Amino acid sequence: MSAEATAINMAARASIWLKPHRIVLILIAFALVLCAALFMRWDWLPQYWEMGLMGIWRALWILAVTSALGFALAVPLGLAQAGGPIWFSAPAKVFCTIIRGTPLLLQLWLLYYGLGSIFPQYPWIRESWLWPYLRQAWPYAVVALTFSFAGYEGEVMRGAFAGVPHGQLEAARAFGMSRWKIFRRIWLPQAFYRALPTLTGETVLQLKSTPLVATISVIDIFAVSSKVRQDTYLTYEPLLLLALIYMTITGILVFAFSRIEARIPVKIG
Amino acid sequence: MAPGWGGTLLVGLLHSLEIAIGATCLGLLIGTAGAFGKLYGGPVTRDLLAVYTTVVRAVPELVLILLLYYAGTDLINQVLAAMGYSRVDISGLAAGIFVLGFVQGAYSTEVIRGAILAIPQGQIEAARAYGMPPGLMLRRITLPAMLPFAIPGLANLWLIATKDTALLAVVGFFELTLATRQAAGVTKAYLLFYVAAGVLYLAVTLFSNLIIGRVEAWSRRGMPSVKEAR
Repeated sequence: MSAEATAINMAARASIWLKPHRIVLILIAFALVLCAALFMRWDWLPQYWEMGLMGIWRALWILAVTSALGFALAVPLGLAQAGGPIWFSAPAKVFCTIIRGTPLLLQLWLLYYGLGSIFPQYPWIRESWLWPYLRQAWPYAVVALTFSFAGYEGEVMRGAFAGVPHGQLEAARAFGMSRWKIFRRIWLPQAFYRALPTLTGETVLQLKSTPLVATISVIDIFAVSSKVRQDTYLTYEPLLLLALIYMTITGILVFAFSRIEARIPVKIG
Repeated sequence: MAPGWGGTLLVGLLHSLEIAIGATCLGLLIGTAGAFGKLYGGPVTRDLLAVYTTVVRAVPELVLILLLYYAGTDLINQVLAAMGYSRVDISGLAAGIFVLGFVQGAYSTEVIRGAILAIPQGQIEAARAYGMPPGLMLRRITLPAMLPFAIPGLANLWLIATKDTALLAVVGFFELTLATRQAAGVTKAYLLFYVAAGVLYLAVTLFSNLIIGRVEAWSRRGMPSVKEAR
């Protein structure tokens, strides 16, 4: 039964794609790709593909780490703004406003060049165990991208926390749940479901922010493509391939998130 | 610290604002045309526009800026060469506006399309029933009626545009972020100048928010207020 249904579904989907003008457009796109493959120079690929894979891996690693840390930071930020006392909510609001009101590139350079130039002036920092990390670029990249994600998602979480119906929280209190238990069992899960649809968009935006870390000498896939351009004097080939790589990653992300969203039952009361 | 660097930052800010305004205007033009193409165009137009908005929104702005910057200047010079003129240097301002406007156009296409769909269908039908030609209907009915739905999204895009100008620093265009980097590099007062630039960007954002609030209230005039409706 269900196999039949999926077969019909597939046929319907195929018929959407196989309209005459779509076939022509797909053929044109195919011809363009073929022209690009035949007439552009791709002989640098064997030399650089290993470095490229390394760069993709690094970009994905930064994306995963900063999104996870950023979300963990966004929860208290949203909670403080939605229902916290003023001495929690005001700093959280200021933090979100500053992060959302200035370019990420500037934040990144402020941390890397600004703080990076301050740290060596203090001997106790240079002698501490943190110093080997503070001399590298990637901790600054991770911190800047984490703050950025937290700033934008904190605003979303504020709306999500505020949107959970009061009756739910009152019912939980009537059951005699402790405040922590209410937060853990009622408030956070419902707010999370509300924020989930925006999480896809935020993660894609975060992916699109990762190439900025190349400007502070972290070797991600963007930096690899810049190196190829410098070494081979080619302008378009590395950039086109780079755009294709980002589009592929975006497609995979969107697909994966839609799968996760479909798994979670939509029960927003 | 030389006293002249403050002026340098302000010149950078001015360039940033010029590009942001130009790019937003170009983006609005592309967005309006794109939204109408997506809603009322033929199947090929719709598919091409879908490819445009999807690709632009899936590829990082930095990559798009590099690609369009090189491709655009190359294309213009090749056209000029084919017509028998000598090569010209494209001004950074024009290139920046073109590149960011192209990116903004994809986002505003989606915003305006959604806003047009949010207009009560009866208004458009009524305009058709009055026998309005499409141009008049666009000017008198569709654009004013979609404005309150579009302004929050478009305001967001304006704020994104002011911040995206910073990316042009990577192509070497002299705007606020690059000015800051130069000032900081020469004077070695890194933290001071980056914080100062951050304050300038923040001031632009907060001032914009103030104006946007006014414009939104103006575009909603005559409509029931959201607070009362609750």
